[in-house]
Amino acid sequence: MDALAATLKAAYPRALATLVRLLQDIDAAEDGLQEAITRALEVWPGEGIPSNPVAWLVTTGRNKAIDLLRRHKLEVRHRESLAAMVNNQPPDSQVSEAMFRQYFDDDLLRLIFTCCHPALTQEEQIALTLRTVAGLTVPEVARGFLVPPKTLEQRLTRAKRKIRVELIPYAVPTAAQLPARLTAVLAVVYLLFNEGYSASSSPELIRTEFCNEAIRLARMLSRLFRAEAEVTGLLALLLLQHARHRARMDRAGNIVPLDEQNRTLWDHSLIAEGRALVEKALRQKRPGPYQIQAAIAAVHSEAVRAEDTDWAQIAELYRVLGRYQPSPVVTLNRAVAVAKVQGAKAGIALLRTIKNAPEIRRYHHFHAALAALLAEVNQPCGAIAAYEKALSLTQNPSERAFIRRKISSLK
Amino acid sequence: MRYALLIYQAEEVVENLSATERKRAVAVHRKMQTQAKANGAFILTTQLMPSSAATTVRGRQGKLTILDGPFAETKELLVGFYLLDCKTLAEAITYAQSLPHLDTGCIEIRPVSYYDDRAKK
Repeated sequence: MDALAATLKAAYPRALATLVRLLQDIDAAEDGLQEAITRALEVWPGEGIPSNPVAWLVTTGRNKAIDLLRRHKLEVRHRESLAAMVNNQPPDSQVSEAMFRQYFDDDLLRLIFTCCHPALTQEEQIALTLRTVAGLTVPEVARGFLVPPKTLEQRLTRAKRKIRVELIPYAVPTAAQLPARLTAVLAVVYLLFNEGYSASSSPELIRTEFCNEAIRLARMLSRLFRAEAEVTGLLALLLLQHARHRARMDRAGNIVPLDEQNRTLWDHSLIAEGRALVEKALRQKRPGPYQIQAAIAAVHSEAVRAEDTDWAQIAELYRVLGRYQPSPVVTLNRAVAVAKVQGAKAGIALLRTIKNAPEIRRYHHFHAALAALLAEVNQPCGAIAAYEKALSLTQNPSERAFIRRKISSLK
Repeated sequence: MRYALLIYQAEEVVENLSATERKRAVAVHRKMQTQAKANGAFILTTQLMPSSAATTVRGRQGKLTILDGPFAETKELLVGFYLLDCKTLAEAITYAQSLPHLDTGCIEIRPVSYYDDRAKK
């Protein structure tokens, strides 16, 4: 039964994508596919899993969608496109496995680029990608966003209406558009992972489901874009970060910073895979921010103990990252690494260069990092003030507990 | 006769197994390994990383090409293999049957023609 569930989940994105192309409507495609899945759950246990589950689901889903349309007498344009589709479709047996694969992959790419279209807000992009490409249910996505299912349903409806009304093309971007659009797609996957990795307001610091979904999507993208070094880099980054998830929280639910983590809890098979991917991506000599961040995570993963960390290499990688992605947050991370190599004073000096950046002033990690360095150079009063500033800027209970512990150790 | 049991599987299906199902699959493999070791049939086994980590190297007219990806772009890819020493093909089939891949993938059984496991001294 579980192999059946896994097969259905694996087939979902491609089957939905093809149905969306055939029906030109996400809702009709979802309804048809839902019915096809219900049918599969009835039939497959007895007859066995078909050799091409996606083709089975598309054929069945298409027929179910026609039934539904007949029953509900939907708009004429649907009926017309359905009639054309039914007449133009070759029987499945005439299409080779390789052709099917290509055809499904193209459909899937179209769906991904539609869901991540720049005309949609980032929230809509993530919600729509989770619902359609990852195939999560509405309540599952809603739980992730901590909103009632009804609110999420409205958000999805709004996004789909935008696709219809603003005529967002249901297409793979041209070669010239691809780099920029692929960046948007990777950003959605990365944001989704971060949503799971550091849930901003959730008491549960790591929402593993979101991390797992992001990794699943990154794996899917890495199969669709074999030659794109940044896609490989993103997958590597997610695997290397996720490898630490069991060590990131203690029994009481408090966050454990990297240098205090029990490294035997790290997932070493994920680390091995992440490192293999980083090496492979960097060999292509087309570096980018995801590859560099993955390389940083790889350097951390190589240190058996925190004190073995090659901070000089990390500081250098952050310097390079700053060239591709100049941001005060990158400088903040670089400052932490520089402090380890050249001493806390050098780190503080670098932090002072960004202290007035608007996105930094309200970023609790900045104040916490500054506090830690001030404590190191024997300025407990400055350190406490910075920790208190950090405390005022985060709502996350386990982060607040961590900062409070630091303050009381200084008093 | 030595046999290679080559396990082919759609990677998406492996990725979509639940944690419980994954554990169960590993347990099934362990059981087969224990059995094969007790029978003196076990030589080695490996699980391969997903094909995103794969690189394919080719040479044509002295020109090297390095491809990022697996050798074949088929749905079912090589995910791991066993080397077993079996008396008969029937015995090799019995081992293959005991593995959890037959519902969603397949196992190709190939007799081994040359074999060398002597490490360099």
